[in-house]
Amino acid sequence: MTRKKLSRRQFIAATALSSAALVTAPYVRGAHAAGKLSIGFWDHWVPGANKASTDIVNEWAEKEKVEVSIDYIPSQGNKNLLTIAAEAQAKSGHDILAMPSWWPHAQADLLEPMNDVVEPLIKQNGEVNGTTKYLGKAGDKWLGVPACVGSQIKGPCSRIDLMKQHAGIDVQAMYPAGAAPKADAWTTDAFLKAAEACQKGGVPFGIGLGETSDSVDTVGAFFLAFGAEVVDIKGNVVVKNDNVRQVLEYYKKLMAFLPSDAPAWDDGSNNRWLVSGKGAMIMNPPSAWAVAKRDAPQVAEQCWTHGFPVGPKGRFAPFLPYFWSVWSFSKNKEAAKSVLTRLSQADAVEKMVAASGGYDLPAFEKLTTLKTWAEEGPPKGTLYHYPNPHKHQLLSISASPAPPKVAQQIYTQATLTKMCVRFYRGEPMEKTLAWAEGELEGFMRS
Amino acid sequence: MADVAIERSATAPRTVRKRASLRTALKRKSTAAFLMTLPLILLIALLVIYPAFYSLHLATLNKSMQRFIGLGNFQFLFKRETFWLVVEQSCIFAITAVVFKALIGFIVAHVVHNIPAKGQRKWRGMLLVPWVIPPAMSTLAWLWLFDPSYSAFNYLLAGVGVDRIPWTGETGWARFSVILVNIWFGAPFFMIMYLAALKSVPDQLYEAAAIDGANWWQRIWYVTLPMMRNIIAITTLFSLIVTFANFDIVRILTAGGPLDRTHMFATWAFRIGIEGGDIPLGASVSLFMVPILAIAAVFILRDINKRGNEA
Repeated sequence: MTRKKLSRRQFIAATALSSAALVTAPYVRGAHAAGKLSIGFWDHWVPGANKASTDIVNEWAEKEKVEVSIDYIPSQGNKNLLTIAAEAQAKSGHDILAMPSWWPHAQADLLEPMNDVVEPLIKQNGEVNGTTKYLGKAGDKWLGVPACVGSQIKGPCSRIDLMKQHAGIDVQAMYPAGAAPKADAWTTDAFLKAAEACQKGGVPFGIGLGETSDSVDTVGAFFLAFGAEVVDIKGNVVVKNDNVRQVLEYYKKLMAFLPSDAPAWDDGSNNRWLVSGKGAMIMNPPSAWAVAKRDAPQVAEQCWTHGFPVGPKGRFAPFLPYFWSVWSFSKNKEAAKSVLTRLSQADAVEKMVAASGGYDLPAFEKLTTLKTWAEEGPPKGTLYHYPNPHKHQLLSISASPAPPKVAQQIYTQATLTKMCVRFYRGEPMEKTLAWAEGELEGFMRS
Repeated sequence: MADVAIERSATAPRTVRKRASLRTALKRKSTAAFLMTLPLILLIALLVIYPAFYSLHLATLNKSMQRFIGLGNFQFLFKRETFWLVVEQSCIFAITAVVFKALIGFIVAHVVHNIPAKGQRKWRGMLLVPWVIPPAMSTLAWLWLFDPSYSAFNYLLAGVGVDRIPWTGETGWARFSVILVNIWFGAPFFMIMYLAALKSVPDQLYEAAAIDGANWWQRIWYVTLPMMRNIIAITTLFSLIVTFANFDIVRILTAGGPLDRTHMFATWAFRIGIEGGDIPLGASVSLFMVPILAIAAVFILRDINKRGNEA
């Protein structure tokens, strides 16, 4: 057996040659030199709206040499929630995941702090509203980047003709396109009178009282308008208070003017109510109007999106933001932060808002006056007041200001709508409050 | 050399014996059967046994899943009014639905059994349709029939001057609706099982009963039912378990509403665990029925074994 020995001279020569080759070799940057990035975006209701996000991300990926894969995950059947839960359990999955309102807090321990992305964006695009902070921040930590895609206000969408005819209210004059609202007289009492008039006219307001989000959001805005907290900011159960009693009495009166089947409504029922032409108002983002534009143009051209009525404690509108969050186990956090910064630039936001027909809402102050909302129609200007451009109402979420993890339970279990329905169906006030107190105490688990 | 030779001669028979025993083992029917079912066993282990144990583990954690709390979740549930409402509803739903499914299945099986052989296959096929359509799909059709505002049933009722019915809006009607759809979906399963059992009852028994002067009811009571006992027990047990665990029908039709009055264990567990983000509590809700159903299964199956041995 022969054995080849490497001499000391040969070893030094080989090492020197290899080092020289490495130093002098040209730097070849591959097509995907900056690694891979997987993104789970929310699958948009509006046909074609996903394309805007895809185009922006692909353009960024090409420039940054990152190999990107995007999955659009629908919220139908809660597939997005199942994905969040599964990835949190497996500690593996997408690098970036779109999380609806309550979910950043629910997964707070598993999310990468995004302060270095959000804080510069706030400086650049303006302050975000209080609800975005309430849902997106845990202490000083930003749990996600406020996403434009999927974020929405569920304000009133009224029929111009029916409101004029039955309630004597000119919603266009109250909320003129291109100008500040003149809605001082648009109070919860005026709302009640209008609901009664429209019900008598055979076109009741289509407000649900079920357990799905549309119903919960509407009732939540009325609770806030009456200052009716059920759990306070410190997490104390405070449901037995006069403001809650007052809002329950108010809702009892209102429910008498709503469709009798409203307790069985889901999130599609109000949309169908508007499109069928059976009602004078629903509480929804412009998706219902967009469907009407396609299926019932004569209805769509009479729709006007505007603000909530003002109550004894203020004017509140339900705002449901989405967040783009990065898992702490993500393998490419730098690339994730870079693409989220790109997606939050004014030009990108403008493209996404336009692609969604005005449905998507950026949380940043300076981005609420884009031309899409002013120009969309028919009728032209129908969405002008949708993004709350004059900060005329406080953007809020049902069950706030309870600590988010408790509020999520109140929201998911639809405790507020259940209270209203129980009281409306004849349960004594104190019994309803006692029932709610029991439920709320159960939500304090940690 | 001699040592080596001895060593060789000692290992050779052992290898031969090993090969022979392996061959014998492979030739054995039970081994072949085991090997053929092995992929399925592995699949079940992966998709059923592992998740089952994992959910047991989850049920012992606190809400943030960072601390072991033993049976704390169950103690918490026992104090909740809504939990006992769900227990009550699940029992009402499962027992009512299974009783009606069994009754309808039994009657229809007799009707089909008495149809002349020529046309029977056609009827059997048609009656199985509700069972072969995926329930998530057929329930969507039912949802439209029961829709709060545009119910097709209410449209028909309005045509004959009857007031509209809040199919999914009122507690009583909502419970009725979900049970009705479950019966519609599950009755064909009972029908086909009972039909198979009926076909295996020897005609001589009926002839003997007829000679003894037994009437229609006596033939059913003393011949048909005793001969079908085992199949009735197994079908009932199987259906009871599946009905208790029902998710899709309730989820699609009422999502547990109104006022939680149609929630079942599975739908409430989903609401708490997935929608509400409290996975350990959701796991506890879904596991609550396991010991009760397991005890029921042991009793029913033991009874079947006893009867099998008597036979």
